[in-house]
Amino acid sequence: MTEKTSGDLKLKGVTKRYDTFTAVDDLDLVIPRGSFFALLGPSGCGKTTTLRMVAGLDQPTIGQIWIGEQDITDTRAYQRNVNTVFQSYALFPHLSILENVTFGLRRRKVADYEKQAMEALELVQLGHIAKKKPGQLSGGMQQRVALARAIVNRPDVLLLDEPLGALDLKLRRQMQIELKQIQSEVGLTFVHVTHDQEEAMTMADTIAVMNAGRLEQVADPATLYECPTSTFVANFLGQSNLLKATVRARTGTVAELDVHGVKLRLPMDRLKATTTELWLGVRPEKLRLVGPSKDGDGNRLTGVVVDASFTGLATNYLVKLPWGQELMVVQQNDGTRSAARGTQVTLGWAPEHGFALNASQDAHAGAQDQADDSEAI
Amino acid sequence: MVGQVATAAPPAAPPVVQRPRRVRRNYTPYLLLLPGLAWLIVFFVVPMLSLGSQSLQTGSVESGYSQTWHFQTYVDALSQFWPHFLRSIAFAGTATVFTLLLAYPLAYFMAQKAGKWKNILLVLVIAPFFTSFLIRTLAWQTILTDNGPVVALARSTHVTNVLQWLQLTSNDSLMNSRFAVICGLTYNFLPFMILPLYANLERLDHSLIEAAGDLYATPIQTFWKVTWPLSLPGVVGGTLLTFIPAAGDFINSRLLGNTSTVMIGQVIDSEFLQVQDYAVAAALSFVLMAVIVVIVALYVRRAGTEELV
Repeated sequence: MTEKTSGDLKLKGVTKRYDTFTAVDDLDLVIPRGSFFALLGPSGCGKTTTLRMVAGLDQPTIGQIWIGEQDITDTRAYQRNVNTVFQSYALFPHLSILENVTFGLRRRKVADYEKQAMEALELVQLGHIAKKKPGQLSGGMQQRVALARAIVNRPDVLLLDEPLGALDLKLRRQMQIELKQIQSEVGLTFVHVTHDQEEAMTMADTIAVMNAGRLEQVADPATLYECPTSTFVANFLGQSNLLKATVRARTGTVAELDVHGVKLRLPMDRLKATTTELWLGVRPEKLRLVGPSKDGDGNRLTGVVVDASFTGLATNYLVKLPWGQELMVVQQNDGTRSAARGTQVTLGWAPEHGFALNASQDAHAGAQDQADDSEAI
Repeated sequence: MVGQVATAAPPAAPPVVQRPRRVRRNYTPYLLLLPGLAWLIVFFVVPMLSLGSQSLQTGSVESGYSQTWHFQTYVDALSQFWPHFLRSIAFAGTATVFTLLLAYPLAYFMAQKAGKWKNILLVLVIAPFFTSFLIRTLAWQTILTDNGPVVALARSTHVTNVLQWLQLTSNDSLMNSRFAVICGLTYNFLPFMILPLYANLERLDHSLIEAAGDLYATPIQTFWKVTWPLSLPGVVGGTLLTFIPAAGDFINSRLLGNTSTVMIGQVIDSEFLQVQDYAVAAALSFVLMAVIVVIVALYVRRAGTEELV
């Protein structure tokens, strides 16, 4: 601990294997210093295992973990300048809140531990309960104490393992904003593990989507949402309509696609897949009900409304296309158009709102995981 | 009872608007308390009173006893047998410390590390109870016998010399010594230490251990700052369950000791059954009880105010 190890957190070819099960498979990841990084994925995707390996609570089977210029792979948890906010908070029940927060400082023989601990408690607005025991606090307060106990040590990397999972929805929203503020205030590297895509998108600068021990995509929230590179990401972050398409022509800046005989277009810069067969994706809120006019170069599909549900903010439609596929459409409640069940409608979207994915993938990957998780909340 | 209350309600009262609130006493808890209470009265309170009265009587078995409030018996008993009290407390205390040292690592291993072996280990801890206390103690005579392998090993490694120097034995054998008595006590009461510790350590949240390591505590610091204070209720429970019966034990000192290792339980036993001086025996029983209560109260208070709550 004598030398300062500050720097980017790097995972190099990290693999964690249990008897027959590979929890994390050849993970390469660079988490820039000072960033708010989210590891997002369904239960069992290996994100918590990754976090535990960074914390030093689990050893990788293969691979290395670096902080800055130092290889910390073989160091023990107590030797790493990394702190964790545990999912269960793991506050010491026999110690007062202040003693909990000073625990790490005292182990490292920091002189003014009490003053620093009080500052950390003030940061999470809990200075007034320093003398209480963890058992006397609500879940939300315990969560803040756990956060104060970790950030008071000014670690190179702060790990958060589903820290908001046990809180109710309202408190969670509030804590998301607070966590984000605290992170920019203290400037530490935060690595946040979550299965809640909305939470990850709200808080993180960069999100790594994990599935079955592997990285699916690493990008900022907007890129992940607008340009997913796999069907898993397309379905796990929000909802996607995926249409089976064949590339007819790649001319200039726009590619021409054929979807069941209908001609659709996609800008070349959004067509990363090199195969002729691909999935053409479009988000439900990008689709809109349009008149049968021929305005401009928008993509058009016709279908029959099979379901319409009004949610206040918007109306969610399910539109059945001639070949039987049903598309989800979210029409903002801006007073422009509506359609009753059973009516024939034309759907339109701007070509640049589409994205293309390799057709070899399962179109439903990730959709089920997301449904499961949202039910669990 | 329900029927009675229903008929007692005035029929003229409007049935919907005002229903008289019936305060129904629930007597079930008290009824459930009765068998235990009766047991305590018959087998604890009454014998205690009888014992108390016995200790203040004078007379003999042949001529009969009469209640004379003879408190001098207590003074005589204490002045004659105080070394046995001290010895009992010393032996029981030493045995308790040894059981704690043996039981804690074992209980910790069983509770936190044993995994699928947990239940088998638990059965092994309890297994000695399937044989009689007496047989188990007699077995120690065989283990510590002069021509046995244990003594041979102890002699060749000079452990016998160390024990002699510590005045736990008086010659180069192990049997019939303080050492043998403490061994017997430690062995016989070990499960009473293991089980409460195990029950406590099994509930220990492993994430707290991880959190301590995460907060720069070395494994040793983690033990003293987290594991040990959290396991104190188990330690207190285990030490009480060991110390109290060990202090009053009379089997180990009789079967494994000599004339200078006589414990107070053994004295009470012989005063009642051989000397048949009922008054002294009863007085000693009362004093033993009082001494243990005081020791336990002081101990629990000390352990209780520091880390528990």
